[in-house]
Amino acid sequence: MTHTVTSRPPTLFDNVIAETPGKALNLHACLQCGTCAGSCPSGPDMDHSPRAIFAMLDAGMDDEVLNSNTPWFCVSCYYCMVRCPQEIPITDIMYTLKRLAIKEGYYQEDKAPEFSETFCDFVEHNGRSFELGIAMRYHLRYHPLGAFKMAAGMGLHLFRKGRMDLTPSRIKNVSQLKSILNKAKELGGAA
Amino acid sequence: MKYSYYPGCSLEKNARSYHVSTMAIAKSLGIEFVEVEDWNCCGATEYISIEKVPAYALVTRNLALAAEQNGSTNLVAPCSACYLNLKKADHYLGENVDLRQKIDLALEAGGLSYQPGSLNVQHLLEIIAVDIGYEEIEAQVKRPLFNLRVAPYYGCLVPRPAAMGSFDDPEHPTSLDNILKRLGATVIDFPLKAQCCGGHMTQISEETALELLRRLLKNAADYKADMIATLCPMCQLNLDAYQDAVNAHFGTDYKIPIVYFTQLMGLAFGLPADELGFGSEIVSARPALEKITLEEPKPARTRERGKKKTDLPLPTRPEEG
Ligand code: SF4
Ligand code: SF4
Repeated sequence: MTHTVTSRPPTLFDNVIAETPGKALNLHACLQCGTCAGSCPSGPDMDHSPRAIFAMLDAGMDDEVLNSNTPWFCVSCYYCMVRCPQEIPITDIMYTLKRLAIKEGYYQEDKAPEFSETFCDFVEHNGRSFELGIAMRYHLRYHPLGAFKMAAGMGLHLFRKGRMDLTPSRIKNVSQLKSILNKAKELGGAA
Repeated sequence: MKYSYYPGCSLEKNARSYHVSTMAIAKSLGIEFVEVEDWNCCGATEYISIEKVPAYALVTRNLALAAEQNGSTNLVAPCSACYLNLKKADHYLGENVDLRQKIDLALEAGGLSYQPGSLNVQHLLEIIAVDIGYEEIEAQVKRPLFNLRVAPYYGCLVPRPAAMGSFDDPEHPTSLDNILKRLGATVIDFPLKAQCCGGHMTQISEETALELLRRLLKNAADYKADMIATLCPMCQLNLDAYQDAVNAHFGTDYKIPIVYFTQLMGLAFGLPADELGFGSEIVSARPALEKITLEEPKPARTRERGKKKTDLPLPTRPEEG
């Protein structure tokens, strides 16, 4: 029997593979063994385990996958990745799912994309980040109560210990960095 | 030995003590670090969540600068996230032609270029454990850390992912254990040594992060650690600055100082504590450091086997009669 490849529009499954560097093609060979799910420290907070997400991707449940909180609760611990018998780059796939969810306009109510966006804005303009300052800005912009909690709590401790910057540092050649990032954005599309 | 050095944003301020102590021990060990000039943020775990090509471009600008400035083909990062991002970019650019072409064009827009594979990206732990080696470390010890019980904490991004090659075991790493032992410290059994600290979750879903932190602190406390030694600014920040929050949330009372392994190395090398950034930790390390003695602790006595057989509560045969 010969298989003919019929042309069909790319599915989310295809897009995930195309957008993930590394051996993402291995996703086709997922055994549904659950090793990733059993290794995941964020499992209890996720609405679907990594294994379940891959089954859903395969079943074409695109909306459910992109709406899921799973990638946003991934802490990038890479346990799943070193244990997966099929060497699927699971952590990198989680990053891809975040990007695709943002691109498709899902998951807008969540805090995690906001935090990442505040971070990126900042880095694009200065070339450097200053984690605590960024955390503060992010809270001020989206969750003022969080900013208050942070300022009154550990923020103060860190400030007293000289560990919290109020003014960020800036690289010399910001314009070079901007040209590079602008070109990269133009080439990269949204994902 | 000469290395290009990429400090990363955390070492500028929040993890200053890591930078200071790294520079101090480098002197003792004869390592020369040449800082990459005008380096930019590596994007941490945030940039890659938003846009792929710019995320890789951001990281690769640093690789291009390091290669161009020609300090050394070995590029060292003390921060776990920076290390992984730099190493991953170098690896994936070499493997993925499409990504490589895009990054080439992006760098070109800034007058830069980078040939994947031209740098050897290493974490600070690797160069100390492997390039310098345990013998040389021990040779530098002037004030052993006798009687100090230390939990060696590796976190995620140095032992894993292993696909790009790792100098230590991804699940049961031992290099930090070995370094601390050579310093004279008592290294406790720390089964959670390579588990996650919660990363950026302290900002996004505090409860998720606090539970992960609680497990680590409990593990260290159960094994009576005087302190936890880390090799990552994020792990240090989470365990140190959120220890109060963990205690408030779970009704616990942990007071475990979190220090960088380089600070302990410096101390054992006989350098003064204030030149190593001690004092900037929120949970003070001082009470623990005062436990260090000049005498080596006696090795725990191993019980002689098979001597007192009668101690075992074995059922005895009823007396006949
Ligand atoms: S560990 Fe790998 S093969 Fe097993 S379910 Fe997870 S992704 Fe699939
Ligand atoms: S890398 Fe993410 S998905 Fe994989 S085990 Fe860790 S938290 Fe779970």
